[in-house]
Amino acid sequence: MAVRVQSQPFDLGAEANAFAAAQKGDMGAIVTFTGVVRDVAGGLQAMEIEHYPGMTERALAQIEAQAHERWALGDVLILHRYGRMQPDEMIMMVATAARHRRDAFEAAEFLMDYLKSRAPFWKKEHTSDSADWVAARDEDEDALTRW
Amino acid sequence: MTIDVLYFAWVRERIGLPREAVETQAETVAQLVDELRAREERYALAFADLSALRVAVDQDLTEFDAPLAGAREVAFFPPMTGG
Repeated sequence: MAVRVQSQPFDLGAEANAFAAAQKGDMGAIVTFTGVVRDVAGGLQAMEIEHYPGMTERALAQIEAQAHERWALGDVLILHRYGRMQPDEMIMMVATAARHRRDAFEAAEFLMDYLKSRAPFWKKEHTSDSADWVAARDEDEDALTRW
Repeated sequence: MTIDVLYFAWVRERIGLPREAVETQAETVAQLVDELRAREERYALAFADLSALRVAVDQDLTEFDAPLAGAREVAFFPPMTGG
């Protein structure tokens, strides 16, 4: 079980290498996904992410436990930042290890779908003249139905 | 009983504070919401449309008809936008 919630940036290469190095035996597949701050409308100066300390870690651990129940996995890493970030900064990553790639890919997608709308994070976009909370999208809620 | 009530994102901004201790006899989340709404306009505004809100009791997502017996912490917030 590995869930990390932190404000400071992370080194994707170092995280991915450390994750891969910890997998022993017959783990033939490792998938990583990384979420990046994107400037959708133009003019984004910063993305601020608020979270609910305590519940965040608890919700992520529950989502990770569900993934372990559904797929034959080795380790799982969920790393998510909070605080203020610039465009192009990395917000979060997940990594999954499995014997076969299908389990690793599917589990990574499952983790992403669930953490988007079940882990208590909220994004706020700051431009030069506004600061707006990002609205949840129906597609994100709908994405859960496929699991 | 005294319950810690927490607010996040625009709910926090609308009400103007991140958390407060609330003395209440409410038996469900919905009753607690009614008590809060009756306090002041800023609460009434924040809780105007419950379909735009989510609630967690003791850090587990739940529904507005959930019981509050034994609850220590209730949090109100908009739908989550992580990832």
